[in-house]
Amino acid sequence: MNLRKNKRVTMRLEPIENPTMLRRLGLPAAVLAATFLVASLLAMIAGANPFSVFGLIIKGAFGSKFAVLETLNRATPLIFTGLAVAVAFRAKFWNIGAEAQLYAGALVTVVLGTGLLPWPAFAILPALFVCAILAGAIVLLVPALLKTRFGVDEVVTTLLFNFIFLLFISMLLEGPLKDPMGMGWPKSARLIPEARLPRIVDGLRLHWGFALALISAGLVWIIQTRSTLGYEMRAVGLNKEAAAFAGIPVNRVLVKTALLSGGLAALAGFSEVAGLKGSLTLDLSPGFGYTGIIVAMLALLNPLGVVVAALFVAGIFVGADSMSRAADVPTYLADIMLASALLMMVLAIMLTRFRVVRG
Amino acid sequence: MDIIEILFTASFWAAAIRIATPLILATMGELICERAGVLNLGIEGIMVVGAFAGWMAVYSGTGLWAGVAVAFIVGMAFGLLHSTLTVPFGLSQHVVGLGVTLLATSATYYAYRLALPEVTSPPKIAAFQPYEIPILSDIPFIGEALFSQTPFTYFAFLLVLAVAVVLYRTPLGLAVRAVGENPSAVAAQGLSVTAIRMGAVIVGSGFMAMGGAFLTMSAFDSFFFEMVNGRGWICIALVVFGSWRPGKALLGAILFAAFDALQIRVQQTEIGAEIPYQIFLMMPYILSILALVVMSRRAEVPAALMVPFNKGER
Repeated sequence: MNLRKNKRVTMRLEPIENPTMLRRLGLPAAVLAATFLVASLLAMIAGANPFSVFGLIIKGAFGSKFAVLETLNRATPLIFTGLAVAVAFRAKFWNIGAEAQLYAGALVTVVLGTGLLPWPAFAILPALFVCAILAGAIVLLVPALLKTRFGVDEVVTTLLFNFIFLLFISMLLEGPLKDPMGMGWPKSARLIPEARLPRIVDGLRLHWGFALALISAGLVWIIQTRSTLGYEMRAVGLNKEAAAFAGIPVNRVLVKTALLSGGLAALAGFSEVAGLKGSLTLDLSPGFGYTGIIVAMLALLNPLGVVVAALFVAGIFVGADSMSRAADVPTYLADIMLASALLMMVLAIMLTRFRVVRG
Repeated sequence: MDIIEILFTASFWAAAIRIATPLILATMGELICERAGVLNLGIEGIMVVGAFAGWMAVYSGTGLWAGVAVAFIVGMAFGLLHSTLTVPFGLSQHVVGLGVTLLATSATYYAYRLALPEVTSPPKIAAFQPYEIPILSDIPFIGEALFSQTPFTYFAFLLVLAVAVVLYRTPLGLAVRAVGENPSAVAAQGLSVTAIRMGAVIVGSGFMAMGGAFLTMSAFDSFFFEMVNGRGWICIALVVFGSWRPGKALLGAILFAAFDALQIRVQQTEIGAEIPYQIFLMMPYILSILALVVMSRRAEVPAALMVPFNKGER
C-alpha cells in the first residue's frame, strides 16, 4: 500500500461563506431523486418495473381516504420519536434509545389506564399523558447521568437499554401484566374506555395522538428557537468547551435535553396504546425508535421539518406494505430506501456548507 | 449441579469459548477501526450482512472457507462506504454508523426474501465441525475446552495474535495507532491520514462480517432474522472494556462469554427455573453497561477517536 501522498489525487474541504439557494435546496432535492434511483435498481433486481412499483407505493400511501388515514396514523409515533431524536442530536446527545423510552410510555399507559386510577373520567387521560412523559424521561435519565457523572458514552448505553427494556416488557407481559382473557398470548389487558384517545372526527380512523404530535412539534420549535434552554442546547451541541467557557452549565443542559427527549419518545408509546392499539404487545413498535433517527436527520433536526419527514417516511412504509402485496417485491425495499436517504442526506448537509477542492 | 461445580467442567469452558468467538472476531474489527480514530457503529449491521453472505455463499455451493472470504469481502464493501463518508468527508460517525447498520440490515433482509421467497424455515448448510487438534486436544481439561473447537474458532484466536503483532510490532501498526492519537503528526511525516484510516475501517469491517458469519457457519447452520441480536453493540463495550488492547479485549470477550454460558446453565437448575428467563437474557446487556461504567474512568481512549481530520483546518 502506498501511503505516501506525492502521486495521489488528494482532496480537502473548504468552507463556503454564503451557500447559494440553489445549493441549499438543490442538494436535498438530489437526495430525494437518488433515493428513488436506488429504489428503481432494487425493484429491477427483484424483476419488477420500477415505475409500477413507485405507482403502487404512492397509491398505497395516498391513493384513497383509507390510505391517507393509515399514513397519518403511521406518522404519529414517528413524529414523536423524530422530535425526541432531533432534540437530543441538536445538543449532540446521542439518544439511540427512543425504542426503550417508547415502551416505557406504553407501559405506564397500560399499567395506569386499565382501571388502576380511581379518578373521574376527565382526569385520566391527562394523568396518563403526564406519567408517560415522566416514565420516558426517567428511562433516559439513567444513561444521561452515566454520561455526566462517569463519562460513559451514551450511544452504547442507550442502545443496550433498548434490549434490556424489551426483555423487561416481555417479562411483565408473561407475568403480572398478562391478560387472563388473552388466550395465552403475551398481551396486556385492554385500556378502559376513559383512557382511550378519542378520534378527531367521528367515523374517521385518526385519533387525537396525531394532533398531540403536531402540537408537540410546535412546542419543541418554540423551545428551540425562543427559549434560553434552546439556545443553550444549540451552544452545547456546537462546541461543548466553548459553551462551558461562556458559563453554560453543560451537564445540566445535557440532563434537561435527555429529560425532554425521553419524554417525547414516551409519548409515541402513549399515543400508540391509547390512540390505536388499546393494549400493549411486544410488537407495538416495529422499530419506531430507530426510524425516528432517519426522520430527524431528513428533517435536518428541525422540529417542524420532523412533521414533513415523518409523513414522507410513513408514506413510504405504508405504500411499500401495499406495494409488496400487489407486486412481488419485498417490503424491505422501504427500509433500504430510507437508510440510503439518511446517508445521502448527511452528505448533502455537509456539501451545502463545504466544497470539495483538490490538494 | 452447584454453580461452582459448573465452573470446573471443561464442557462449560468449551461453550464459553464457542460463545466468545463471534465477539472476538467483531471486537478485533471494531478495535482496529477505533485505534485509527474511527468509531464504527455499522458493526451490528455488518455482522448481520456477514452472517447472511457467508451462509448464502455456502448454500449456493462454495466451500466453507470461501464462504468466510465472501463474508469478509462484503464486510469490507460496507467498510468502504462507512469510511468514505466518515474519513474524507468527515461526517458524523454516529449518524453514518447507524445509517450503515440500518442499510446493511435491510439490504440483508431484502436479499434474503429475494433469494428464498417461499420458505417458512431457512435451509441448513453443512457448517464447520469441531476439529480436535492432535496432541493438544489430549491435554486434560484444556484440550477439551480449547483444542476441540471448530477451525473458525482457531482462526479467531490467531487473528487476535496477528492484530496484536501488526499493531505493536510493525510500521503499519504504528501508523494506524498514530492516526488515532495524533493525525497531524502523521500528515507532517508525509503519510496520508485518509488512506490509513480508510484502510483500517475497511479491514476492520471485514472482520466484523466474519464475526457474523461465525453465527451461521459454525455456532448454528442457518440464518435467522434478529440472530445477531445486539452482539455488535456488546463488542463496542468490549473494546472499551479491553482499553483498546487486543489481548485485554480477548480476555474481556471470554469473561463475558463465560457469564453468558453460566446464565444458560443456571437457567436449567431448580432455582433458575423459578426466575423469569428474561432476567437471564438481560444479563449480557446489563454486564456490558456495568463494564463500561467501571472501565470508562481509567480507559486510555485514542486521543483522536471521533475527531475528523481535514487538511484545510490547522
